[in-house]
Amino acid sequence: MPELSLNVLDVTENSTRAGAKLVSIRVTADHGSDTLTIQIEDDGCGMTKEQVEQVTDPFFTTRTTRKVGLGIPFYKYAAESTGGSFSIVSEVGKGTTVTAVFGLSHIDRMPLGDISSTIHTLVVYHPETDFVYTYQVDDREFTLDTRELREILEGVPFSEPEVSQYIMEFLTENKSEVDQGVVL
Amino acid sequence: MKSLAELKAIREKMQNQVGLRAEDHNHTRVVVGMATCGIAAGARPVLTKLSQEVQERGLTDKVAVTQTGCIGLCQFEPIVEVMVPGEPKVTYIRMDAEKAVEVVNRHLIGGHVVEEYTLSSTDMK
Repeated sequence: MPELSLNVLDVTENSTRAGAKLVSIRVTADHGSDTLTIQIEDDGCGMTKEQVEQVTDPFFTTRTTRKVGLGIPFYKYAAESTGGSFSIVSEVGKGTTVTAVFGLSHIDRMPLGDISSTIHTLVVYHPETDFVYTYQVDDREFTLDTRELREILEGVPFSEPEVSQYIMEFLTENKSEVDQGVVL
Repeated sequence: MKSLAELKAIREKMQNQVGLRAEDHNHTRVVVGMATCGIAAGARPVLTKLSQEVQERGLTDKVAVTQTGCIGLCQFEPIVEVMVPGEPKVTYIRMDAEKAVEVVNRHLIGGHVVEEYTLSSTDMK
């Protein structure tokens, strides 16, 4: 994966397939501790202890269309190769939390990339799932909560062209205010 | 910060028109593979481009752009399947944003399959 935002898209697709009603995605860059932390928390079907243990093994997958599952191994490696860490906490029936910590200034850290496109894609193409997305750089942050949008929209879908465009603008404009144009 | 107030204005404008666009069986479906394989190969810009083109060309009441998981042909990702009602499914392989625009113009609007990008044009059997 050439950018971390694609890992976020990939991992969160798993959340939606796990039947999550609410997914929280938090991206935090902290220059003080020199870390970039990405936490994805869902209330989907969760995994058993055995599944959690196996999930970082590329030759484990629950799918039937092919025999390998590379999403999580890629993501874990991307974090650990920057001196960071990776964890999955999951409980059947409760949900799953995937946390990846990256060395912010580490030379091997992939750029975050187009995270706004990732969030936009998730929100627009998963109308059944609510997302709470927070983007934080040091002490500045913004949040997009699709439950708030839904309340305002009163049934107008996110896929309506004007709404979809508004969501993208909301994401990109607020992001650049938070990171002041610095590429993470 | 961009506020939610603007969204209220959009809602008020849209509300009268909604309901015409519900999924129905006469829709052409355009499906983009968005599993690890697809995403790593560049499916996100393809999906974004397709949905943007469909909106800009005013096709939203005829064409629904959606996504799916892995269909088991990872080596050919990004894959886009086009399902026109009453016609055989067309599978486009190794797509990018430019090819996506071509598929919208020639297939979705023009009605002709872009043969050179399809799975059946490869030697794989």
